[in-house]
Amino acid sequence: MSDAQSRIADLVRSNDVVLFMKGTALFPQCGFSSRAVAILDRLGANYETVDVLQDPEVRAGIKEFSDWPTIPQLYVKGEFVGGSDIMMEMFESGELQQLLGAEA
Amino acid sequence: MPMPASEIERLIKASIPDAEVVIRDLAGDGDHYAARVVSRSFEGMSRIKQHQAVYAALGGRVGGELHALQLETAVPQSEINQ
Repeated sequence: MSDAQSRIADLVRSNDVVLFMKGTALFPQCGFSSRAVAILDRLGANYETVDVLQDPEVRAGIKEFSDWPTIPQLYVKGEFVGGSDIMMEMFESGELQQLLGAEA
Repeated sequence: MPMPASEIERLIKASIPDAEVVIRDLAGDGDHYAARVVSRSFEGMSRIKQHQAVYAALGGRVGGELHALQLETAVPQSEINQ
């Protein structure tokens, strides 16, 4: 496993809820990342964020890690949940509350 | 680089032939799209797998040439009700 892949695996393993995003929770740098943060805040979730713009290796590596071409990406308890579209669908259906409610 | 909506639809249908594809150009700039893709082939697949199937159809363009594609996938309603 490359260095970036093992660092990503560590981040995913050591944080119950972690969002890989562009920018920070306070200053998202992309509309999709902003939407993902808004959803998590709305649910009152405790979450960590990783700003991929600060780390080109993670930015490239996270796409390979999950076989997913876009950022943001949400992981809960080590499982890839999806990007902002899936987060929105799960938010609207109540599934995300359930998933996070059990963990947060 | 802008990509016409018709090209996105063509690529998706080339790989998911029964797909019903509806595309909206969100910003009118040929670069920010929303797509809804409905296909029987999605039945039994997780949302992640459904989206991955569409990304695969677009052959690595999403996140690159195609910066912003808001995606919604679904199985046809009649299939769910059966």
